[in-house]
Amino acid sequence: MRPVSYSRVADVATAIGTVAADPDSTFLAGGTTEVDLQRIHVARSKRLVDINDLPLRQVEELPGGGVRIGAVARMSDVAQALPVRRRFPMVSEALLLGASPQLRNMASIGGNLMQRTRCGYFRDVAAPCNKREPGTGCAAMTGVNRGHAVLGTSEYCIATHPSDLAVALVALDAVVLTQGPAGHRQIPADDFYPMPGETPDREHPVAHGELVVAVEIPPLPMASTSNYLKVRDRESYEFALASAAVAVSLDAGVVTDVRLALGGVATKPWRARRAESVLVGAPATVESFRAAADAELADAVSHGMNAYKIELGRRTIVRALRTVTGDARMVSDDGNPP
Amino acid sequence: MRIDCVVNGEPRRADDVWAGESLLHVLRERLGLPGAKNACEQGECGSCTVYLDGKPVCACLVPAGQARGREVVTVEGLGDGDLHPVQRAFIAAGAVQCGFCTPGLIVAVHDLLARTPSPAEEEIREALAGNLCRCTGYEKILTAVRLAAGREHES
Ligand SMILES: Cc1cc2nc3c(=O)[nH]c(=O)nc-3n(C[C@H](O)[C@H](O)[C@H](O)COP(=O)(O)OP(=O)(O)OC[C@H]3O[C@@H](n4cnc5c(N)ncnc54)[C@H](O)[C@@H]3O)c2cc1C
Ligand code: SF4
Ligand code: FES
Ligand code: FES
Repeated sequence: MRPVSYSRVADVATAIGTVAADPDSTFLAGGTTEVDLQRIHVARSKRLVDINDLPLRQVEELPGGGVRIGAVARMSDVAQALPVRRRFPMVSEALLLGASPQLRNMASIGGNLMQRTRCGYFRDVAAPCNKREPGTGCAAMTGVNRGHAVLGTSEYCIATHPSDLAVALVALDAVVLTQGPAGHRQIPADDFYPMPGETPDREHPVAHGELVVAVEIPPLPMASTSNYLKVRDRESYEFALASAAVAVSLDAGVVTDVRLALGGVATKPWRARRAESVLVGAPATVESFRAAADAELADAVSHGMNAYKIELGRRTIVRALRTVTGDARMVSDDGNPP
Repeated sequence: MRIDCVVNGEPRRADDVWAGESLLHVLRERLGLPGAKNACEQGECGSCTVYLDGKPVCACLVPAGQARGREVVTVEGLGDGDLHPVQRAFIAAGAVQCGFCTPGLIVAVHDLLARTPSPAEEEIREALAGNLCRCTGYEKILTAVRLAAGREHES
């Protein structure tokens, strides 16, 4: 880690003022991204402003069935919080399937949303990377891109967004609440993550000195039986190769409403709107699920080593839908009927 | 900067700590507690696991300043003058080869058994997912956990 100064702040206004006043400063929450990236010289802030003492740790039920989660609440605490487990199990599962127990005890909700890509070239300061250093090129295009995205890519960047939590939040139409020098903002989770386009260095709309203060998840009764499916190289403690956050409402075997978002296959937490529109009004059958998955992945583009993710993405969608509609026992490991 | 915190039940002070130092560095290099190990320094391996305010964390990713005024317990602080039963179980089961992962695992197992005295197999595996071992293949580590949990007959 390079020389930095460290200070703790106890109120939101001081936190914002301190960081806004110094372009070389940044907020520090759990440190599990920031300290790591400092050490490998990818993050270069000189002054760390520790926000863990801010009164932003609560998980509160909102009237009508929503939940508000403070930005410095720990991943482990939020995963166990009853309102989250009861109303939005997909959020609890997405948190518990991420990182390790030690890391979840440190990592915060705000930091999770702001974490950076795990693309190996982004983390290697010797490699060309348009996200880290705009204009230098993208080493992943022709390099080791087995973990990279097949949806939402551009010729400038094909990195995935690594957060599991963000996938669930995008499915649930959650809103990120911020406070900064320019006042308060409410940013829908889906808008929080832009596509890379020509500017992969622009990863979110948060300005320097703007603080994420909370996340609000609006009521969604069908989410009480939602789930998060994460497919990865090992059973635990690994980022997603593909994942799906899904909630479905059925009436007499017909899908009346559905929320579906994907992780691991796209450059941002990916709301699967095409699949959703195929599903609404369709019978809850494997055929419908496959049609939805095909529609969602229709424009997927591979860059070589990640070609398998197109089929994996489809199967993840089908399996997640079968699980959430109660058809799990029919699903074999490859997502096909036995 | 100066760091005052409580380590293994005793008030400790470290002076001239550089703002970029980790809690792990302070423990090992300034407070004479080399139990927690420095292996990956990326949060990947769990060798550096210590309790911070009662919760196991990766000390390599905790900036030293964050420990100010807080309570740290390291592997050295688990036993009461003697080895802790979890440590004895690791010895009895032969769950140690090079030993680099051991202190972190001991803290993680200590925490698991404090919360769940009789953990199911999946609970053990999930609780230890953040602790990597390059030598043992994990079987003997699992045996040690069962032993410490009083379930040795199942191993
Ligand atoms: C080995 C390893 C495995 C992991 N596996 C997973 C996984 O499987 N799934 C997953 O989702 N994540 C995973 N993670 C990522 C982990 O969840 C994030 O590192 C963590 O959530 C970041 O939170 P933090 O509080 O530690 O953030 P910090 O490191 O403190 O901050 C991260 C960034 O966000 C900024 N920031 C923090 N809080 C705020 C705020 N309130 N407002 C504005 N800016 C803020 C900081 O300035 C910094 O730039 C893994 C991490 C590691 C190291
Ligand atoms: S995929 Fe994106 S993050 Fe990775 S090297 Fe290319 S530009 Fe950088
Ligand atoms: S040294 Fe801290 S997790 Fe590996
Ligand atoms: S005994 Fe060598 S790493 Fe576990």
